[in-house]
Amino acid sequence: MNLKFPELSLVVLIGPSGSGKSSFAARHFKPTEVLSSDFCRALVSDDENNQAATGDAFEVLHYIASKRLAAGKLTVVDATSVKPEDRKPLVALARQYHCLPVAIVFNLPEKLCQERNEKRDDRNFGSHVIRQQSRHMRQSIKRLQREGFRHHFVLKSEEEIEAVSIERTPLWNNLRQETGPFDIIGDVHGCCDELEELLGELGYETVESDGRASYKHPEGRKAIFVGDLVDRGPRILDTVFLVRSMAQAGGAWAVPGNHDMKLARALKGRDVQVTHGLDRSLGEIDALPAEQRDVVKKEIIEFLDGLVSHYVYDEGRLVVAHAGMREEMQGRGSGKVRDFALYGETTGETDEFGLPVRYNWPLEYRGHARVVYGHTPVPEPEWLNKTVNIDTGCVFGGKLTALRYPDLEFVSVPARQTYAEPAAKPFIPEEEQATSLTAQQRHDDVLDLEDVFGKRIVATRLAGNLTLREENAAAALEVMSRFAVDPKWLIYLPPAMSPSETSKREGLLEHPSEAFAYRHEGQASVICQEKHMGSRAVVIVCRNAEAAQKRFGVLGDAAGICYTRTGRRFFDDADLETTFLGRVRNAVDSAGFWDEFQTNWICLDAELMPWSAKAQELVKTQYAAVGAAGRAGLPSVVEALEKAAANGIDVDGLRQNFAERLELLNRYVDAYGNYCWPIESLDDLKLAPFHIMATEGAVHIDRDHGWHMERLRYLASFGEPLLMATANVEVDVLVEQSQAAAIAWWEDMTGKGGEGMVVKPKSFIAKGRRGLAQPAVKCRGREYLRIIYGPDYTIPENLDRLRSRALGGKRSVARREFVIGIEGLERFVRGEPLRRVHECAFAVLAMESEPVDPRL
Amino acid sequence: MLLTITTTRKPATDLGYLLHKNPARPQTFDASFGKVHVFYPEATEERCTAAMLLDVDPVGLVRRPKGSGGTLAQYVNDRPYAASSFLSVAISRIYGSALGGRSKEKADLVDSRIPLEAHLPSLPCRGGESFLRALFEPLGYEVEATNHLLDARFPDWGESPYFSVTLRAETRLQDLLGHLYVLIPVLDNAKHYWVSQDEIEKLLRHGEGWLTSHPAKDEIVRRYFKRRWSLAREALSKLVEEEEPNLDEEEEARAFEEAVVEERISLNEARLGSVVAALRSARAHRVLDLGCGEGKLLQLLVKDPQFEEIAGMDLSLRSLDTAESRLHLDRLAPKQRERIKLLHGSLMYRDRRLERFDAAAVVEVIEHLDEPRLAAFERVVFDFAKPGTVVVTTPNSEYNARFENLAAGTFRHRDHRFEWTRSEFQGWAGGVAERFGYSVRFVPVGPEDQEVGSPTQMAVFSR
Repeated sequence: MNLKFPELSLVVLIGPSGSGKSSFAARHFKPTEVLSSDFCRALVSDDENNQAATGDAFEVLHYIASKRLAAGKLTVVDATSVKPEDRKPLVALARQYHCLPVAIVFNLPEKLCQERNEKRDDRNFGSHVIRQQSRHMRQSIKRLQREGFRHHFVLKSEEEIEAVSIERTPLWNNLRQETGPFDIIGDVHGCCDELEELLGELGYETVESDGRASYKHPEGRKAIFVGDLVDRGPRILDTVFLVRSMAQAGGAWAVPGNHDMKLARALKGRDVQVTHGLDRSLGEIDALPAEQRDVVKKEIIEFLDGLVSHYVYDEGRLVVAHAGMREEMQGRGSGKVRDFALYGETTGETDEFGLPVRYNWPLEYRGHARVVYGHTPVPEPEWLNKTVNIDTGCVFGGKLTALRYPDLEFVSVPARQTYAEPAAKPFIPEEEQATSLTAQQRHDDVLDLEDVFGKRIVATRLAGNLTLREENAAAALEVMSRFAVDPKWLIYLPPAMSPSETSKREGLLEHPSEAFAYRHEGQASVICQEKHMGSRAVVIVCRNAEAAQKRFGVLGDAAGICYTRTGRRFFDDADLETTFLGRVRNAVDSAGFWDEFQTNWICLDAELMPWSAKAQELVKTQYAAVGAAGRAGLPSVVEALEKAAANGIDVDGLRQNFAERLELLNRYVDAYGNYCWPIESLDDLKLAPFHIMATEGAVHIDRDHGWHMERLRYLASFGEPLLMATANVEVDVLVEQSQAAAIAWWEDMTGKGGEGMVVKPKSFIAKGRRGLAQPAVKCRGREYLRIIYGPDYTIPENLDRLRSRALGGKRSVARREFVIGIEGLERFVRGEPLRRVHECAFAVLAMESEPVDPRL
Repeated sequence: MLLTITTTRKPATDLGYLLHKNPARPQTFDASFGKVHVFYPEATEERCTAAMLLDVDPVGLVRRPKGSGGTLAQYVNDRPYAASSFLSVAISRIYGSALGGRSKEKADLVDSRIPLEAHLPSLPCRGGESFLRALFEPLGYEVEATNHLLDARFPDWGESPYFSVTLRAETRLQDLLGHLYVLIPVLDNAKHYWVSQDEIEKLLRHGEGWLTSHPAKDEIVRRYFKRRWSLAREALSKLVEEEEPNLDEEEEARAFEEAVVEERISLNEARLGSVVAALRSARAHRVLDLGCGEGKLLQLLVKDPQFEEIAGMDLSLRSLDTAESRLHLDRLAPKQRERIKLLHGSLMYRDRRLERFDAAAVVEVIEHLDEPRLAAFERVVFDFAKPGTVVVTTPNSEYNARFENLAAGTFRHRDHRFEWTRSEFQGWAGGVAERFGYSVRFVPVGPEDQEVGSPTQMAVFSR
């Protein structure tokens, strides 16, 4: 016997103990697909046959079954299930997850079951038990249909069981293997003129099919109709037959709309109210010559009844349904799924026009598939959380819209006239016309904690899935909420950077030779950039406030922002920020970047100097304080030791030691002083951008660092004193002379009090031997490192100990933050919902809180 | 790091007997933080000076294995230069006999008051010179103190906490050492660098006999028992170190300042009382305290059986920890425990855990949010959580003029992003009520002034 049922089913095996359910399950299903009550009894009580544990065992079984069904996995329940009350919760479970319950009954002679049980020494319950189970089982058979098991099979003998084969059938809605390209077309409502025009616009050509006109795309594109082909409009039958012939020729699919279903019911003679334009459909049929009428009716009924509630295309990346589809219903089949596809979801309330209030399911949609739907006319198609409504109300005088997939381009033709008036409600709600923000931007005004909090896995293009720990997310939440700027601006947080490997040279902890280790990663060409000692700053400049509103969804007159590596506004003074941004904007104007990049905004990764501008408190309480303490104390120490020495006490070693310490302390004070200067006005600030991170439509990681340096030097060349180009040299790490020149450059720079340099593989994204190479390493100067490792760090005894430092953790953080930073920008540039962009900024902040040696 | 003790009592070299250290022979001792050297810069009949020099090894302290205690966070650290609890440790180890008042050779001298001078070239005085004087002058010392600038190249950075200090008195050496032993760590007040918990107890033991009658006793003891640095805070402090290097200390100090400013009228009690009254009269059973802080309002709510379910939310894990212990959550009976929930969360994000409550209190919270981000707060509370009643309190900035110890134009708390006048607050609240379908009434909290109103303003929104 061939048992055929859908690939996603809840299969319930029914039969008394000893009827062979478990061996059957083992033969036909994967071990993980089978949930056995015996096994669950053992899980909770260590004893398969402990009847006292039955209640707990079934709780576990139902729990696992629900997780599997939610994940879309076929599940087999191996328990006796002979009584209706045993099966009822299983049917409910299947319904909850929109899949089909399937029953397989093992109706074997009671005697056989008794014999089998007697042979097993772990089953010593009395023969009356089997007798009862058999009786219940036989009584069940005729009730199964009514209980909800539309698929049920009864196996009556050992031979029959032996001969069973099982066929899992895909659901009708499963078109995952169809990858497009598609043209998805909104509610037509009999506007066949516009449909024909739209198809022409999309490149379809007319063909003859069965004596009727049809359309076909020369490049094999296929059309998908979101339903509501009928009612209201002027050429309803033409529309239906056009779509039908395209579908029959394999060039189109249609999903049913509520109007289509209602027409089918009306044609079948059911009692329906002739409202909302149904009269137009019926009128066209009535106008047909009498001899055609019945044939046409029959054809329409057949076509409409054959429509599948919704489709899942392109490996699950695209879902089309008339009124949309929640994630958990996609690719499932049940009455509820069909209802949702036709009508959407209503809250049960009605609005001031007496229409049902629709539950706005896209607001909460978090699925991976794009959902394209229609049903409710909207003025413009707008993406919201990967869903889009393309019913642009053609029949009400709007337009007929198609979405090209995977290009995601909208193509529309205007209605030639207004064919119908909307029932009660104005077609375009007034408030939505009022604001300039898109639906997605309005929705993104408030982010949901669930989208950022707790342990999370962030999927990235460059490095796959990255995991965030809960405690780090908690730290990020506090900082994000208390100090960070509006998340709408926070499209990028810069990554940490690791130092080069530790140098073994005398008196040094870091040296360029180690930074050139990129050769081990297969990167011959690197770029060395002067490392400025200031504070990391992300600067976003928009062409004007209007551009900022449009692209970032912010309200007000801000036309850009400058924030720190932790997302905090750089300038407390709003006027100062405006002036600062204005000056950067002028430079961008002069450089002609708006046109060069076809953009109205630009995001720069930069260093803003002096260090004391933002880190004033830290400089004072940490660095200057240590200097002051030392300068207060050390001279007295040296003096006391000299006095003792003068009195003939043997303290010479100590005296020298502390005199050296005083000298080192003075050098330390000089070192931090280099990075501090008072700020009277903007002219005292210096901004040194080193990456053009992103502009409209592009994250510039396909350009190498030479390009970034060159374009930014150009930006700084228009006389804006605020902007500073970054000195840099390119090095071929395989060539000794090339290395030597860069080392000399570094020595010169750090000798003059510079912080050091950053070495990057020339290409922005460099693949090393084990995945992504470090995107950059820093190589800091000897004097600068005094403010990191303490004034005395160069004393050999200290240096020897400091050389053992583990870089692995820092490198891992640097690499992950880099990947996630880029991911966030790519999501922003693609126009993804803010929560997806914010997830990345939040993740970078969380990773920054990982316990890594802060001196690296 | 350097302590010199000088006497001029002839023969001055007897100091060597008192300290059990030979003036002719420099000595070096090992210590947990590095080395200690003792030597005499001068030793004559007229004048004898003993120097104790701490050779602190910051590299060793930072790199100490985890769990061995007392580690420094930074290599760049004032410990090698400044007098600190390490000096107390050295006094008890190396001048132990003198501190204990024992001397074999000069037993009679131990109990004599002799002219003594202690010099500390780099003594951190948190609390300034006045606090330094308040500590030593009552004990009979003549105090000479010179402050050092943070950095002479940047005079506008101001003064550093470090002083060169000389203390002079006619006293027993034992007493001088005991005073230094206890008071140096008090002045330093660096809670992260306590050597260990038992050291604190030892330190306090040396206060016997004089600490109980010292006028600054409370402050001395308070500084000893400040909260210790927790690992949980390290993750956070890493994120804000650049701008807020001492987040915890600052927060304590700020809360203290605000309390001082508002003290005269014990405003906080009045405020919480008004909030509880508003929640009661709203007949709320399930209540939220948004921004519950350390749980003062929660403590009041728990006492009233009308509130069947109470949830406190805060952004700060540290505050929630305090709230948890303040409410004794671990010791409550199961039924009581079920009534209370503490949530870590943020008012900047929609949070489904906040839905389906009867009422929410938002006490002294909004002024800590950046004004542009109030829009998110409004939607989180009034659009998504939408409790039947929302009670919001915030300072009335008009009243600030009545606070004597608040400079004009400054806020009551340094983290306040704004403080509103009555009309500003009422304008905002009216707009919120209209946008989200609430009605709102305003209640003054604290003594009302004819001209400037009450110190705190409260809005009660109901749906």
